[in-house]
Amino acid sequence: MGELKLPDIDYAALAPMLILFGAACVGVLFEAMVPKNRRHGVQLGLALVSLVAALAVVIWVRDKRLVTIGGAIAVDGPTLFLQGSILLLGIVSLLLIGERSIEAGGAFVSQAAITVGSQKDLRQAGGQPGATEVYPLTVFALGGMLLFVAANDLLTMFVALEVFSLPLYLLCALARRRRLLSQEAALKYFLLGSYASAFFLFGVALIYGFSGAVDLASIHAAAADPTRSEILLFGGLALVAIGLLFKSAAAPFHVWTPDVYQGAPTPITALMAACTKVAAFGALLRVLYVAFDGVRWDFQPVLGVIAILTMLIGAVLAVTQTDMKRLLAYSSIANAGYLLVGVLALNKDGLSSTMFYLVAYGFSVLAAFGIVSLVRDAEGEATHLSRWAGLGRKSPVFAGVFSFILLAFAGIPLTSGFTSKFAVFGAAIEGGQTWLVIVGVITSMLLAFPYLRVIVMMWLSEPGETTPAVSIPGFLTAAALAIGVIATFALGVVPAPLLDLTNDAAQFVR
Amino acid sequence: MKDFPFLSILTLLPLVGAAVVAFLPRSNGGLAKIVALVWSLAVLALSIGMWVAFQVDGDRFQFRESYQWIPTWDARFTFAADGIALVMLVLIAVLVPLVILASWHDVDESQRSVPTYFALLLALECTMIGVFAAADVFLFYVFFEVMLVPMYFIIGSYGGQRRQYAAVKFFLYSLVGGLFMLAAVVGLWVVGGHTFDWGNLKEASAAFETNTARWLFLGFFIAFAVKAPFFPFHTWLPDAGGAAPAPAAALLVGVLDKVGTFGILRYCLPLFPEAARWFAPAALVLGLIGIIYAALLAVGQNDLKRLVSYTSIAHFGFIGIGIFAFTTQAGTGSVLYMVNHGLATGLLFLVVGMFVARRGSALVSDFGGAGKLVPVLAGVLFFAGLASLALPGTAPFISEFLVLIGTFTTHKVYAVIATAGIILAAAYVLWMVQRTTQGTLNPALEEVPEMRRDMSWREKAVVAPLVLLLLLLGFYPKPVTDVINPAVEATMLDVGSTDPAPTAVANGKVAP
Repeated sequence: MGELKLPDIDYAALAPMLILFGAACVGVLFEAMVPKNRRHGVQLGLALVSLVAALAVVIWVRDKRLVTIGGAIAVDGPTLFLQGSILLLGIVSLLLIGERSIEAGGAFVSQAAITVGSQKDLRQAGGQPGATEVYPLTVFALGGMLLFVAANDLLTMFVALEVFSLPLYLLCALARRRRLLSQEAALKYFLLGSYASAFFLFGVALIYGFSGAVDLASIHAAAADPTRSEILLFGGLALVAIGLLFKSAAAPFHVWTPDVYQGAPTPITALMAACTKVAAFGALLRVLYVAFDGVRWDFQPVLGVIAILTMLIGAVLAVTQTDMKRLLAYSSIANAGYLLVGVLALNKDGLSSTMFYLVAYGFSVLAAFGIVSLVRDAEGEATHLSRWAGLGRKSPVFAGVFSFILLAFAGIPLTSGFTSKFAVFGAAIEGGQTWLVIVGVITSMLLAFPYLRVIVMMWLSEPGETTPAVSIPGFLTAAALAIGVIATFALGVVPAPLLDLTNDAAQFVR
Repeated sequence: MKDFPFLSILTLLPLVGAAVVAFLPRSNGGLAKIVALVWSLAVLALSIGMWVAFQVDGDRFQFRESYQWIPTWDARFTFAADGIALVMLVLIAVLVPLVILASWHDVDESQRSVPTYFALLLALECTMIGVFAAADVFLFYVFFEVMLVPMYFIIGSYGGQRRQYAAVKFFLYSLVGGLFMLAAVVGLWVVGGHTFDWGNLKEASAAFETNTARWLFLGFFIAFAVKAPFFPFHTWLPDAGGAAPAPAAALLVGVLDKVGTFGILRYCLPLFPEAARWFAPAALVLGLIGIIYAALLAVGQNDLKRLVSYTSIAHFGFIGIGIFAFTTQAGTGSVLYMVNHGLATGLLFLVVGMFVARRGSALVSDFGGAGKLVPVLAGVLFFAGLASLALPGTAPFISEFLVLIGTFTTHKVYAVIATAGIILAAAYVLWMVQRTTQGTLNPALEEVPEMRRDMSWREKAVVAPLVLLLLLLGFYPKPVTDVINPAVEATMLDVGSTDPAPTAVANGKVAP
């Protein structure tokens, strides 16, 4: 028995994740110790401070390029960039989650496991302050996402997947309004998510069988010089990809998205649409670019078909939606397709443009869901499209902001939506994937229609009697909205700094 | 004067004006109108200064400016104007103040915000100037797409019946065309050596593979054909032109649509000359169909604004034929037509708008004998109609004549068929004028008090400059042809056309 040697650990590189996990644990303790009436402020403050601190550390260690803790974690340009994006978008979503002035008690219930329609349920829907566990849960989820994009072996990646998924399942069930829908969403997300995790794990096992290791560098080496049947390799890749594509909401693994987006509390939907997408695509990029780089010709056509399917399904079904949150869900599916186009460029531009797209889309979608959370009546949020008719007359500023965000989704120039689409399409043509770009262009045309229809409804229809007024946002939502809109505009007009940043960061360590 | 940053100031000035006007209080519509008018006059003054500073025998592109924008993609704010762009810029600067003046009372009675309308007009002017001034393909594309947004809101919020349908149709058609161009722009960037600069791309274009160039050409052409609009992509224009407020419609067909033909001249021909020659027969046929088909439909229209829209589609057919005939004469005719059509159809739309505003209806059958009530207005309508059908003495005659003889030297049959369009033009214009202003007075007209009011001073001020310009350029087009000729010659040289007859005649000899 030789001397046990502990792996070298670079604590500075791990610090962002350690800070979040630590803060989440402290948050759980606070739940037990801080008096109920002060918990909300304390928890929100703790969560925000930990995210800002983690972001500061990410910026501080920005030049690190290394593999640490026994090869489990890789800290490199993409890791740090994606971690920074997740933290930044996380801070903005936390602002939405923390908002309590629009609706008495916030968007969350205090207890999820109360029978819907019972006396107790009615009481808690009435205005009891919502659960403050959402903050530690959110911080756990964000910590898991940081780990997910940094994972350098498939087992760490699996652990991270569970760490960030489980809190999200819970968070989905906590909507104050429309409890049944929310619970159903959580159950659906949990069941399908568990399947996806199981696929992922099985895939890891197959890959282990092929290469005798789970770390990405060894898999890369084994794929270059196969000693066992390649069926194991491709089977494993397919199953791992299912897990990752599920989280990215790519077709045909997208079916959960509209239901979950609709049922979850709107701030959580925003969190999932922005941060989970970054995490999922970050991991997908790492797996494909680092471990399976050698077999790119084999998986490119398959994933290309998935990208096309995703874009088509997202765009076509978005046209038929009548609920705002479902519309945005299908739009997010279509956007997953565009992101896949960037991923499949399989070159440095593909990596950098996908990262740019993730950040740009994240900010826009946060602003979009921020607006959705403001359009409400006595029943809660008015998400049916017909209710938005004539909103432009009643609240021109908000309708204007939302129109701007929709134009960004449609990819009109001077918005981040245009620059990011341009970037991924450019990378894909460069990578020889012109067919994907053509489908991308065609689906963009289809997708413009639902956005335009919403704009038409808001501005060109007469307000009906049922058109709700837009709530005056509290400080937190206003801040989140402002950040989202300014980022959408800035990344459309002066994208150069962020493009440079993604270019500099676009280099994986192996 | 040569280094004065004309183009960037010309682009930015209306944008600043739009911001100023937009933030004026909603209740103070009168102030907004005055500020918008003065602002657009300042833009006009600047554009005249630019016209004076332009050296006719100078470089092909003048007033070049270039600023860093997105270094990763080498996208820059590069502005430069050749003769073609210059005349279009001045046309915009001339039309916008008149349009503002013409819409003085249009939005007063609607419940919509008056300052917003005038701010939208100025914002539209900014994007229109930008699209003609850009010499960077990325910048051009940005302006090309953003241009849709203010026009969409002008049609959708301030238009007449079926405005929502028309606005969405307009937006979707243009966006679809634009996305084809986006794919082509990205492709051009990749094969052209990662640059967007027009000059660099032009140099790189010599090495393009035939098939690549043809695909890229088609991407651009579809976008421009939708914008122009050429048959069969034209169906949005009658709806948009019919629903938009008449002054805005004047801007739409007078300037906005010219971006299509301008784009073909600036991008399709010089960057993909082989593809342009390959596609020319198809383009000529489309042009011919457009001339005949749209003219026939115009004859049958009962809605004045839709009628004028259809005439404009027919005129674009002429412009298209002139471009793809690949002779300097026809090309010059086309560019001259772009200017003259802007003036003539702009005038026609404005006058029709005055009729429609008085009657409260755009249907031809609601008029009849209106000349007895408003003789001056009816006279202007008659003049605008004659200019539109290219009567000798009015400016469009010269351009139509140039297009036809230029086309005749290379494509005799096409020129002969296109001539039939002139006869149809006479039919739809004269018939329209006859049914609205001549003949027995429609008794219903007399009951509309508005119809008894002939042109006010404001309205005369709107039409007078256009009437004068149409007559002036009808008798003496030299100032404009001098400016556009070198640019057209350069473009035709790019596409590799060898003019057979005109050079020989110019030397005083008979062509062999």
